[in-house]
Amino acid sequence: MTTTPLPRLQTTLEAAPQRPDALGRFGRFGGKYVPETLMPALAELETAFHAYKNEPGFQQELQGLMRDYVGRPSPLYFAERLTTHYGRGDRPSPQIYLKREDLNHTGAHKINNALAQVLLAQRMGKRRIIAETGAGQHGVATATVCARFGLDCIIYMGVHDMERQSLNVFRMRLMGAEVRPVSAGTGTLKDATSEAIRDWVTNVETTHYILGSVAGPHPYPMIVRDFQAVIGQETRAQCLEKWGGLPDILLACVGGGSNAMGLFHEFIDEPTVRLIGVEAAGEGVDTEKHAATLTRGRVGVLHGAMSYLLQDAEGQVIEPYSISAGLDYPGVGPEHSFLKDWERAEYYGITDAAALEGFQRLSRLEGIIPALETAHAIAYLDTLCPQLDGSPRIVINCSGRGDKDVQTVTQLLNLG
Amino acid sequence: MGIIAVSDCLTALRDRAQCALIPFITAGDPDLQTTAAALEVLDQNGADLIELGVPYSDPLADGPVIQAAATRALQRGTRLDQVLEMVQDVTPRLRSPLILFTYYNPILNRGISTFLKQIKDAGVAGLVVPDLPLEEAESLLQPAAAIGIEVILLVAPTSPTERIQQIVQQSQGFIYLVSVTGVTGMRSQIQTRVRDLLLELRELTDKSIGVGFGIAHPDQAKQVMEWGADAVIVGSAFVKRLAEGHPNQGLQTIAQFSRSLKAAITDA
Repeated sequence: MTTTPLPRLQTTLEAAPQRPDALGRFGRFGGKYVPETLMPALAELETAFHAYKNEPGFQQELQGLMRDYVGRPSPLYFAERLTTHYGRGDRPSPQIYLKREDLNHTGAHKINNALAQVLLAQRMGKRRIIAETGAGQHGVATATVCARFGLDCIIYMGVHDMERQSLNVFRMRLMGAEVRPVSAGTGTLKDATSEAIRDWVTNVETTHYILGSVAGPHPYPMIVRDFQAVIGQETRAQCLEKWGGLPDILLACVGGGSNAMGLFHEFIDEPTVRLIGVEAAGEGVDTEKHAATLTRGRVGVLHGAMSYLLQDAEGQVIEPYSISAGLDYPGVGPEHSFLKDWERAEYYGITDAAALEGFQRLSRLEGIIPALETAHAIAYLDTLCPQLDGSPRIVINCSGRGDKDVQTVTQLLNLG
Repeated sequence: MGIIAVSDCLTALRDRAQCALIPFITAGDPDLQTTAAALEVLDQNGADLIELGVPYSDPLADGPVIQAAATRALQRGTRLDQVLEMVQDVTPRLRSPLILFTYYNPILNRGISTFLKQIKDAGVAGLVVPDLPLEEAESLLQPAAAIGIEVILLVAPTSPTERIQQIVQQSQGFIYLVSVTGVTGMRSQIQTRVRDLLLELRELTDKSIGVGFGIAHPDQAKQVMEWGADAVIVGSAFVKRLAEGHPNQGLQTIAQFSRSLKAAITDA
């Protein structure tokens, strides 16, 4: 676990440029570093997104399904016993809330984006859907919406991830998706993403690629962010309803970074709201086994975007490591790189061991089994809470439920 | 002897009504010594220019054959400095201009101007960066032109006319027409729309046009030549042959294959 320097206070955010700009850039990050074959498809997708995003028919269908099929809005839950755990007796102490994305249909925030993108794909006349998946949550969400709309669905998944997330592989197949194993590299999310992009290059005229994170070439980081922004929008309304104000601190785990962007986006222009992203430090950021891209990476290009990247001295991409399949990615969404350089958001690492503690703590204190990804954000409370004065209100994005991880964790914990 | 520019080489061939053969191999597969030998073998057996792939960990535009070759090369510990050292050693003995094929991140990692200077010093004439479309290429095109490296841009079957117009204007060396909607790799047939694309390109530019991705047989090379290509690029079929059996055997096989391709596009 890294030590936390005091954050620099943000006082002037007026200078914030439009993000992304016309070339898909967040400052120097983002862009479209893809084979020429895909450029027209990216342009087509961007046009469709702008055409439908605010179109009443699209919004009506999306809102209806978000309510009746996904189960939105997701609750903002006051975690009373977790708050007590970090309490200081009679003195003021942090108040901890969970944004319950784990209660969505399919058990994570991923469905927000998958559902919206499938509605876009339908309007673009694409009937074949592909996606990459790491933890399997995005794959499950994509398989789910494809089943709902009767579309062909192919999910690329690393062989190593298929093993550690076998429950999700079964769920995808049950809903009629074809899960294609990817054995290149370490058989994880990076390799699955590369293979999905190759499929898209080959079948681009009939196929829509539902990218699952705020990563990849423009317009994906923008589209996925905007389709996940519902998390932050609901959070704002719920905070207003519960205490009549803003949250003080937002906390979310970051792999590619979609659940964090979904929560942060609404609050970026609110200088009093502190934004904290938690990366996977694996066996420690000073070892070779981690996935802490923003903490340890250098600027590079992967999967179509310029962003921080785990790479060696030659510019070859390093295979990352994390106990959590969803955070096991050597890149990160370009907007997170921008927020880091701009010092608007802070990013820290949490090790496998600490995440496992967070996993158990939330299970025991709140009766909520979080995803291993989410457990990284929970675990950061151990570092954060002792540094805080007064009683700030912390909202953690409880991005997914942990049923899928029980098999992995069973092998690591002896609960007697 | 100075380095011959890619565009000059192709123009000279066109003036003699010849279609160029551009074989591709991956540096460091099976080892750099064999790569060096292969460059000379190709040069002496029908190649007019040669494309040399720098192995990369995440080759998005490549199919299974070149992916596997890059993985093997990296597993052997092939590094860019070693590749350039080998290139510097071999290029003085080559008649064919050498085109480097590399993904963008290794360039960015080294720094664009350093990278360009180093490959120029090594004797490289041209550069293909498959994940750098026109919109992102500006940062590379100007400094490359200044130092005398021709950056070859790609046109895909999916590229709309307005894009093609901009690409052909900016591309140096030649226009690289991707013959398939897809990644590199051997195909059994060349789509007839390549003919239409060649006609469309010819209307828009006087620059040479090379066709690549998917060409694996002499009769396909001939077909593309007859449709009006100035150059035929063959990759996976060479990489696969060179990787089979003992390196010496691979070298013999690619020599023969290269001659058969050149013969197919030479007959009058």
